[in-house]
Formats: sequence, C-alpha cells, structure tokens
Amino acid sequence: MNLHAVNAIYRFEMARTRRTLLQSVVAPVISTSLYFVVFGAAIGSRIDQIDGVSYGAFIVPGLIMLSLLTQSISNAAFGIYFPKFTGTIYELLSAPVSMLEVVLGYVGAAASKALALGLIILGTATFFVDLHIQHPLVMLMFLVLTAVSFSLFGFIIGIWADNFEKLQMIPLLVVTPLVFLGGSFYSISMLSPTWQMVTLFNPVLYLVSGLRWSFYGQSDVNVWISVCIIFGFLAACMAVVGWIFKTGYHLRN
Amino acid sequence: MEKQQFEQKQEPIVSIKNLNKTYKGGFQALKNINLDIYPGEIIALLGPNGAGKTTLISTICGIAQATSGTITVGGKDIYKDFRTTRSLIGLVPQELTTDSFETPWVTVSFSRGLFGKAKDPAYIEKVLKDVSLWEKRDNMIRTLSGGMKRRLLIAKALSHEPRILFLDEPSAGVDVELRREMWQLVHRLRESGVTIILTTHYIEEAEEMADRIGVIANGELILVEDKKSLMQKLGKKQLLLELKQPLAALPDALKAFEIELKDDGYTLVYTFDTQAERTGITTVLDALREAHISFRDLSTTQSSLEDIFVRLVEEA
Repeated sequence: MNLHAVNAIYRFEMARTRRTLLQSVVAPVISTSLYFVVFGAAIGSRIDQIDGVSYGAFIVPGLIMLSLLTQSISNAAFGIYFPKFTGTIYELLSAPVSMLEVVLGYVGAAASKALALGLIILGTATFFVDLHIQHPLVMLMFLVLTAVSFSLFGFIIGIWADNFEKLQMIPLLVVTPLVFLGGSFYSISMLSPTWQMVTLFNPVLYLVSGLRWSFYGQSDVNVWISVCIIFGFLAACMAVVGWIFKTGYHLRN
Repeated sequence: MEKQQFEQKQEPIVSIKNLNKTYKGGFQALKNINLDIYPGEIIALLGPNGAGKTTLISTICGIAQATSGTITVGGKDIYKDFRTTRSLIGLVPQELTTDSFETPWVTVSFSRGLFGKAKDPAYIEKVLKDVSLWEKRDNMIRTLSGGMKRRLLIAKALSHEPRILFLDEPSAGVDVELRREMWQLVHRLRESGVTIILTTHYIEEAEEMADRIGVIANGELILVEDKKSLMQKLGKKQLLLELKQPLAALPDALKAFEIELKDDGYTLVYTFDTQAERTGITTVLDALREAHISFRDLSTTQSSLEDIFVRLVEEA
C-alpha cells in the first residue's frame, strides 16, 4: 500500500481546513449555537419535556447529525471536485495510487474534519444544556460511521458533479430537508400515524434516532435497525465508489 | 545520440504495441501506434493540434484508458503493474493546472508523497532551486507568473525522482529566455539519465533538444526517425553562390541544373539532394567556370525541421 500517498492526500486536505478555519469550523459552530439559542432557549422553554428529556437537550443529537452530514458531504465532495475543476486531477490519475488509497486519503480527511466539528458542537452544546451521555462508545461509533459513510457519499457527489451547482444540489436540496424532517427537532411520536409512516422512509431518521439512543437510551426506532441502516448505506457507498474507480466514471477518458 | 546505439545496447524503457484509442463519441484519437523509447534519449513528438499527441501521453501515464494494445514501462505492463510503471514517470501537463492557494513548497512536497516517496526536504529544495523557484517557495502559487507556474509543474513532475519525464508542450506561453533555461534544464536531466518525451509545436524546440523525432498526424505515428538522419534523408541542401557581377538571366549552360537566380542577379541558388549518389556541385562549378561566371563567396543551407514537418503532415 502507498501509505505515503494516503498521508500526502490526508495532510493536504486537512491543511485546507486550517487555511479556511472561519468557514470550516467557526461558521458551523456559530450557526449551531444559534439553533440552541432559538430552539433550545427561546422556543424550547415553552415546550414540555420529550420522553423525560428537556427540549434543549433533545435536539442536541439532531443538531450534531445535521452538522455531521452536511460537513461530511461538503468536505469530501469539494475535496475531490476541486482538483477536477482546476485540472490538478491529472496528478492523482497518473500517480501510483489505488482506489483504496485515494478514498482513504480524501474520505479519511473529510470524515476527520466532520467528526472534529461534531465533537466541537457537542462541546458547544454543554454551554447551553445539561448533557448526560448514557452510551458514549455507541455515540462515538455512530459519529464515526456517519462521518465515514456520508464522506463517501460526498466523494461520489464530487465525482458526479461537473459544476458547482450540482456540487451543492444534493446537500442543500436533499440532505438538509431530510435532516429537518427526520426527527431532529421532534419525536416522530408527535406526528400523525400517516406522517409517522412517511417518516419511516427517511433514512436520516434512523441516524438521528440511533445517536439519540446513545445519549438518552431512548429512540424513535430500534437502535439495531439504525446500526443496520448505517452499515447498509456505508456498503452501498463503497460499492458505488468501487464501480467509479473500475469504470473511471467522470475521471478517466 | 543515435537510435541505433540505444537499440543495440538497451531494452526500451517505454514500449507501445498496436495502441488504439477511441473515445466514447466514436472519435479514434490513436490508430495502431507502435513505438519504442530507449533509456536516456529525448524524443520529440510533433504534430498539429488534435493529432493525438496528448492522448498518447495521457494513455501512457494512465490518465486515459487504451481501447486496445499494450504499453510497457520499464518492462512492466502499465495496467497490471501500475504502481511500478507510474512511479517511474513524471508528467508535465500542457495546461497550467496548479493549486492556486498553495505554495510551491507544499505542492511539490505533496507530489512527492503522492508518488510514494518519503519526505526529503533537501531534495525538494534542490528541485526548486533547479527550476529557479527557491525564492518563491512560500509564495501563493496564484501570485506566480505563467513561466514560473510552468517551471513549478516541472518541479512537481521531478519531485519523486522519475526515470522518464513527459513534457506536454513545455514551452507554451513561455518567453524565449525562459524557454532556453528550460532546454538547459532538460539537457541536464538527460545527462542524469532521465528519458524525456516531449510534445511540441515549436519545431525549433525539437530541433534543439531531441535525439529522435516522431510525427503524429490524424492519430497515426507516420514517422519516427533519428533527427539527424531524418534531416539528411528528407532535407534538401542549397548551395548559394554570391556572384561578383550580377546576371540579367540564367545562362543556357546552367539551365540544365536546378538553379535559381536571386537577389537581383547577384546570387545563384542550386538545390541538391544530400542522399543522391552525386550532388552535382562539381559539375555546377565546372559549368560556371566554362561560362566565365566568377563568384566571391559560397555557402550552403539545409531545410529546417519545420519544412520537413510541414511536408510530412501535408502528405499524410
């Protein structure tokens, strides 16, 4: 394995975050803090506890998941799209690197950044609400699996996109609505039976629900279903990435 | 350096057999290319725009996939042993594709790592000094001039100490002074044993640097020849005779030869074939003496590579 290449890609991508600290870290933290202020303090104070958890604390897993998903996707998508856009992709394509090494470098960096941001947001949340994490290792597992699988998804978007509009389309028009409608800010038990059924088709529900279980030991759906869903999504993304490298889709002429 | 010398002494470092490349739209960019490139030589691929030069380089480097045929680099198949073959190759692309927001130091170090080499700050320093970018090592790439960016691409390609260097139109957008500096760098690389394959529009560049010339037109490699023998074989020489007294017209005694009268009758230009059994120079000079035409100076000129190239492409 070309570990020097993996290391080079990883460090190169992480260096980009250091250069754009305001955009990469400060902006998401501020926007998440605003969510806590608006939903947690202003509106949340008028909402009863949900399943014995204060509303401010209840939305913490959803807010972490919102940042984790959007950051994983955008970091990985931008990471591979930018060399395509500037033309520097020629170097990657002519280098002695395998599919696995390229993915480890780009997806590893994107997932690391998203994970770090998720943990920063978790730390930020403690300034606003009392948090008691019942299953910290499970929480970490969910965060890692989500960051990795959605970074893979972002990598696929970055390869598929041939303009900046496409790059932003899925995170903004698909993922963000799914997070908002996936029980991030409410329990699906608060919905009518029909909408509960509809929501069960939203994959993000299972991620938020699983993460919430790791915090409070309660969830909208069985935690094992959440685990299966995330592993299934991870496998699907890996299969697509494998196909991309095999066929050279949008990479090699 | 003669091609024959390479052939006798060494195995080709790049060997291309029956290579075809057809793009999805059906356009056939390469047609049955066969080419052996020998260690330590400089081979220039000449051809008009769209001839297939860049496609050929891209296919050897792994950027484009061949439709059929085989390519070996260092005796290894470029697909089965891609790690070995690609680590032997450095590529300088035609376009000035750089990471605008990085520094030369960072991007060259990145290239070295990408090609599987451990960090070596001393070597990166040497490469940046070789391309005269050491003073700019910490500047943002977007602040560099076009010529500097071109040299930076060369530094990136050399970062992993390749044995083969592909230069795709290295002089595009580079001024004359920088071009000459680049030629010197290429010569130094060749002296260190690096094999160099370059594509160019500048005939002067091929003439200056190459040991062998390949001409590509419409996806076909129509000729590969040692530069000197190519120019001898296809080149025509001219004998220029500067006369003491101008001639109003060509005397009858000289009409049998391929002679033109130029410069208001002051110069006779005799065109002859260097490959012919007899050049006819002695006969022409005898005829001049018999016609009592005296000259004060004589010189010879040879067809440039450009003349040869234009003729070959037109014929193709």
